[in-house]
Amino acid sequence: MGAHDGHTVQSFEDELTQLTNVIVRMGGLAEAQMASAIHAITRRDSDLASRVIAGDSKVDEMEKEVHALTVRLLALRQPMADDLRSIVAALKISADIERIGDYAANVAKRAMVLNQLPQVTPVAGIPGMGRMVQQIINDVLDAYVERDVEKALAVWHRDEDVDAMHMALFRELLTYMMEDPRNITACTHLMFIAKNIERIGDHATNIAETIHFLVKGQSILLPRPKGASVDEMPMPEKGA
Amino acid sequence: MAMVETMTPEQTRTPETARPDATRSEGTAGSPLVGPGEDAKVSARDCSVYYGEKHALKGVSLDIKVNEVTAFIGPSGCGKSTFLRSLNRMNDIIDGARVTGLIALDGEDIYARKVDVVQLRARVGMVFQKPNPFPKSIYENVAYGPRIHGLASTKDEMDDVVQSSLERAGLWTEVKDRLDQPGTGLSGGQQQRLCIARAIAVSPEVILMDEPCSALDPIATAKIEELIDELRQNYTIVIVTHSMQQAARVSQRTAFFHLGNLVECNDTEQIFTNPLHKLTQGYITGRFG
Repeated sequence: MGAHDGHTVQSFEDELTQLTNVIVRMGGLAEAQMASAIHAITRRDSDLASRVIAGDSKVDEMEKEVHALTVRLLALRQPMADDLRSIVAALKISADIERIGDYAANVAKRAMVLNQLPQVTPVAGIPGMGRMVQQIINDVLDAYVERDVEKALAVWHRDEDVDAMHMALFRELLTYMMEDPRNITACTHLMFIAKNIERIGDHATNIAETIHFLVKGQSILLPRPKGASVDEMPMPEKGA
Repeated sequence: MAMVETMTPEQTRTPETARPDATRSEGTAGSPLVGPGEDAKVSARDCSVYYGEKHALKGVSLDIKVNEVTAFIGPSGCGKSTFLRSLNRMNDIIDGARVTGLIALDGEDIYARKVDVVQLRARVGMVFQKPNPFPKSIYENVAYGPRIHGLASTKDEMDDVVQSSLERAGLWTEVKDRLDQPGTGLSGGQQQRLCIARAIAVSPEVILMDEPCSALDPIATAKIEELIDELRQNYTIVIVTHSMQQAARVSQRTAFFHLGNLVECNDTEQIFTNPLHKLTQGYITGRFG
C-alpha cells in the first residue's frame, strides 16, 4: 500500500502493518519447521526433530498474538471494506499456519520413531513432496504480503500436484510393504508422514482461498482441484 | 499530593462492588484511580455537581493520567459534560451550579479560594462541540490568548507562537498565506483546528474536548483524530464523545457515566472487549436506549 492511500490516522496504519508482519513471521517459522522436520528424516537427526517439536510452541504463541491483535483492531477501529477483510483474513490465515506448524511437529515426532528403525529406501519420495509443499507455503506467503490474487490462484491449483504425489508415494509404500513384511512398521510411519505433508498442502490452499477473499471480497468460484484421493483408491489385486 | 487522599485500586475493586447491580460511585468498576507510583495529572475525589436541586454528578472519584487521552462516554444526561466542565471550572458561569468534593490539578485543589480561574483555564484549555472562532483574523484568533496572558513581548515572538500553534494543530500549511483573513471563513474542520490552535497557544497542560467532531464530516473527523494522537505526546487530553466508536479509536482510557454515576473506568481495550459492569456492556452493545 503506497503512502498516498494510507489511513489518515497513522496509528491504525501501523497496527495493520504490524498484523501483516506477525503473519509473515509466523508463516516463515512454520515453513522452516516443516523443512527441518523433513531434514530430520533424511539425515536421521533426532536432535533436530526434538528441536522442531519444541519449536511448535512458538508458532502457537504467535497465533495468540494474531488473535489478540485482531480482537483489538475489531473492537477499537470499526474496520470497513478491505480493512475488515484483511483483519478477518489474518485470523483465518493464522489458524491455518498454526495447523501447518502442528503437522510439522507431528512429522518430527514420527522422524524420531523412524530413526530408531532400520532405514527404508523409499524415504527418498518424502523429501521431494516436502520440497514441493515448502515452495507452496513460500509462494502463498508472498501472495499474502503482495495481496496478489494471481499468485494465490497459482498456489491453489498446485494442490492437485501435491495430491498426485501423495497418491504415488502411497502406492510405492504399499508395494514395499507387500514385498517384505519387515518393512511394514517403517512404511506405515512414512505413510502418516506423507499424509501430514499432504494436509500441510491443504492448509496452504486454504490460505490461498483466504487471500482471494481478502483481495476480491468473494470466495473462489471454481470447485477445489482434487486429484484422485488415496481414500478412494481401489484395493490392489493380490500379487500385483 | 498532600491534599489528595489516595485510594489504592484494590480498595475500589472489592467483590461487593463487582456486583452487576451496583450503581453507587464508590462501586466504580475497573481501575478509575492510578496505582502507587503513577502520577495523575487531574484527580477527582468524591466530586458532585448540583444544578440547583438537581444532583447531576454523584460522588465521582477518578484520575486522569498524564499524556494520555481519556474518553468520557455515556447516554445523554449522564453527567459526562458536566464533569468535563468541572475540570476547568466552566460550571462557575452557570447560575445555580455547585461543585462539592475535590478536583486537583497536579495535586492542588482547583476550587481553592486563591486559585486564579483565568490562569486555570489557560492551563486546562477547552475545545467545544461547535467550532467557535472569534470574529477576527486567523492570526488574531491564535494571538488573542497569548496577548492577554503576556506570553509574547515582541511581534516576532508572537509570530512564532502563532505559527507553532497552527503547526501543532495541523493547520499552518493551509492558512499560512492568509493569516489576515477571518477565522470564520474556514471550513468546519479547519475552524475546529483553529480552535485547537487557539487553546494550544497559551501552552496548556490539559486540553478538554467536548464532542469536538460532532459537527464535522468523517474526513475532517479523521484529521482531528490523527491530530489528537499527535497532541497527546505533549498534552493530557480528556474528550467527551457521544460516539463510543470514536472513544474506542482515540483514547487509551475510557470512563463510562450513567445517571450521574461513574460506572466503570478502565483501559479502552478492556472496556470495549470485556467490560466488567453489566451496564457498560449494555450501553456499548446497544442493549439499552
